[in-house]
Amino acid sequence: MSEHIVPVRVYVLIFLALIAGTGLTVWAGKRDFPGPLNVIIALTIACIKATLVVLFFMHLRYSSRLVWVIFAAALFWLAILFALTFSDYWTRNWLIG
Amino acid sequence: MESFEVPAPSKVNYLNAQYGLKSWLLTRDHKRIALLYLGSVSLFFFIGGIYAMLIRLELLTPQSDLLSPTTYNKTFTQHGIIMIFFFLIPSIPATLGNFLVPMMIGAKDLAFPRINLLSWYIYIVAGIITLYALIAGGVDTGWTFYAPYSTTFSNSYVVLTGLGIFINGFSSILTGLNFIVTIHTMRAPGMTWFRMPLFLWAIYATSLIFILGTPVIAITVLLLAFERVARIGIFDPAIGGDPVLFQHLFWFYSHPAVYIMILPGMGVISELIANFSRKNIFGYSFVAFSSLAIAVFGFLVWGHHMFVSGQSVYASMIFSVLSFAVAIPSAVKVFNWTATLYRGSISYDTPMLYALGFIGLFTIGGMTGLFLASIAVDLHVTDTYFVVAHFHYIMVGGTLLAYLGGLHYWWPKISGRMYPEGWGRFSALVVFVGFNLTFLPQFVAGYLGMPRRYAAYPPEFQVFNVLSTAGASILGFGLLIPLIYLVWSMRYGKHAEANPWHLPGLEWRTPSPPPTENFPLTPIVTWEAYEFAPPEEMKIVGRVHRGQPLEGADTPVGGHS
Amino acid sequence: MAESIAAEHEVHHPALQHHFENLEQQREAGTLGMWVFLVTEIMFFGGMFFAYTLYRWQYPLEFASASNHLDLPLGTINTIVLIVSSFTMALAVYSAQIGKRRNLLACLVLTIALGVTFLGIKAVEYHQKYVDNLIPGKLIRGHYFNPNGVHLLVGADKNKVEMFYWIYFAMTGMHAVHMIIGVGLLSVILLFAARGRYGPEYHNPVEISGLYWHFVDIIWIFLFPLLYLLGRHFVHGG
Repeated sequence: MSEHIVPVRVYVLIFLALIAGTGLTVWAGKRDFPGPLNVIIALTIACIKATLVVLFFMHLRYSSRLVWVIFAAALFWLAILFALTFSDYWTRNWLIG
Repeated sequence: MESFEVPAPSKVNYLNAQYGLKSWLLTRDHKRIALLYLGSVSLFFFIGGIYAMLIRLELLTPQSDLLSPTTYNKTFTQHGIIMIFFFLIPSIPATLGNFLVPMMIGAKDLAFPRINLLSWYIYIVAGIITLYALIAGGVDTGWTFYAPYSTTFSNSYVVLTGLGIFINGFSSILTGLNFIVTIHTMRAPGMTWFRMPLFLWAIYATSLIFILGTPVIAITVLLLAFERVARIGIFDPAIGGDPVLFQHLFWFYSHPAVYIMILPGMGVISELIANFSRKNIFGYSFVAFSSLAIAVFGFLVWGHHMFVSGQSVYASMIFSVLSFAVAIPSAVKVFNWTATLYRGSISYDTPMLYALGFIGLFTIGGMTGLFLASIAVDLHVTDTYFVVAHFHYIMVGGTLLAYLGGLHYWWPKISGRMYPEGWGRFSALVVFVGFNLTFLPQFVAGYLGMPRRYAAYPPEFQVFNVLSTAGASILGFGLLIPLIYLVWSMRYGKHAEANPWHLPGLEWRTPSPPPTENFPLTPIVTWEAYEFAPPEEMKIVGRVHRGQPLEGADTPVGGHS
Repeated sequence: MAESIAAEHEVHHPALQHHFENLEQQREAGTLGMWVFLVTEIMFFGGMFFAYTLYRWQYPLEFASASNHLDLPLGTINTIVLIVSSFTMALAVYSAQIGKRRNLLACLVLTIALGVTFLGIKAVEYHQKYVDNLIPGKLIRGHYFNPNGVHLLVGADKNKVEMFYWIYFAMTGMHAVHMIIGVGLLSVILLFAARGRYGPEYHNPVEISGLYWHFVDIIWIFLFPLLYLLGRHFVHGG
């Protein structure tokens, strides 16, 4: 398995995208969007930024399937923590029957 | 008798390759590190046992006469903390796992030998801190540390003990990390996943839990400590916090932790049952995948510890269903072991006695777990001795028996000596009898209503407690015997040959005790895991040039690829 | 046979550890090990992110009020600082891959400097909190928590504001600890790089230190909007 060398211009592009994303999220944070959109927008931008870092800076895009599985497992387990714990908090005030 | 080809034993093995304290304390050899763990884990087991003895002595009488209620609280807390964090969790992985993982995959060592040693030092530092907290005055919160008692009202050494547990978590994480990377990257040529002994599947599954669960208890203990220090925190209702959040975060790890404790034991039992029936394990892939299933499902059920905490009824129902589901892979294992025994050529050596005991006791423990998974039953027996008996059946009747069985089974490989078989069988029987006498009455007492964690109890439960204490004395006696003869055997035991049990496993194809590098030549594996085949089909073929196969090697015939 | 074994030993890279077959296996193991370790870090921070999510869901107004009181310009600058440091870290790995030692050293130095800058700005922020009596609990005598300086949105309960700050300090504090560890780690790597230890055939430690560093950046990528941008739209928006 030979090592993949990512060209510098890819890094530059990703870097610029991350800076743009930061500016975008600050701008969007100050505008009042209807309903829960503020949160959704902020989290979406953060997720995209994080994805870019993981894929290109951390070379996940060029890594073996095993590394993908490992990373996916972490996200999945985080999801378990959130989902099952919230299954308690969201339903605490529900009436029985 | 079959004779598997093994390189001629040399005088030099991992035990005598280097002498001196420094060669042990700065070793990178996974086998020596395993022995370092063996010694320290045994020490903690002994200390935890002392606390158990105090509990059982106090409970002989209904009054809180031997220990004051606060001291009693500290006693059972410390018994739990030491046994769980410093004995049960590291026991099989750090001793047998460290010793055997490289050998079973045909490697020279684990992937990160220095990190392995660091793991042990972290464990020791954590142990010293925790023991210091114990001696300085102890903790009385129960090993479960529930807020708000632990955060706000307890006057004991919560932060210090928590620090010890936090640090210990790193030891677990690094061990698990080492095993995962080793099994993925360092298997010998031909050692495919499905040729690995089932012990390795179990260790791998356990390592997954180490990695995914331990960090959560780490942050939980840290948050608990911060709250105690700042005198306010996220579990405090004064600023809108929820004490039950602590329970969620705590049990997110601590339930999978019980699978950390039992899975390696199950791995050992798979080895013992197959090898002492001289028969291939029934349903190898089912057993292998069930280990992974237990590891995954084990993360989905933690709310069954919280049925009475104020948790939402709907969440409780979800957790209850999932808790029934998690029993299925365990049951699969029990069925497969039983099917392996059927028409096997069974020899009742000491390891097999422990394995058979495990199957029975684990089944009882597991089934009582199903009772507890049912919300209606749990509401009745929660916080009673029924629960105490349930988990001791699994942890002592299960894990401890598996640990002892494995220790005896691999003792010749580890020490180069045989233990005295007669004493081995005798003490196995004493342990079995003593164990059942200790914990069976606790099921009844708990069902009838005897609460746990009480120094004083209603007098109608005394008879059960007396029986239980009598059993505990027998159990303690039964556990002391192996301590004595195993140590004795290291000096005076009969010298063991490379393969004293005449078995096909890769670890038996190297001298007892093994040389430091395990295998002088990297083995090429062409046989299945429990292949009890004629000897001429099972030669180890070595390679001379690192990274290149041997020219014209005579790989074994027989259609195994 | 004896000569071939002897010849083989001459060819071995000095960094190859004896229990590995070859450098490729060693590299694979090292990289895998760091990814597995990062999984533990994700779960570690995950517990705190959960606590944040829970209490934010329960006390949205209190969280928004407290968030508005955080220093947005400093937070934004810190975000940019970390993103630049991730960029320089990626360039450091690249330099090692192509064997440009001078560039590797420069990029490592830059990354470390940016990390220290981040910590410095964080220290300024923490100092502001100390002065404003916004450190939770009764940790520091004379500076017990006092939310009176925080402008409360309509409907917010003053008592719950402390919860936000507790979580703020816990999360950014843990993040800062990881930054400090990262700076230490990179300093060690810098030392070895200066001694010429890394080249195109062997630079795995640089790679995996990079993985750690990027991970710490990712945590901040989430912390920034979740802590600093909660309630700005209440104040600025139309």
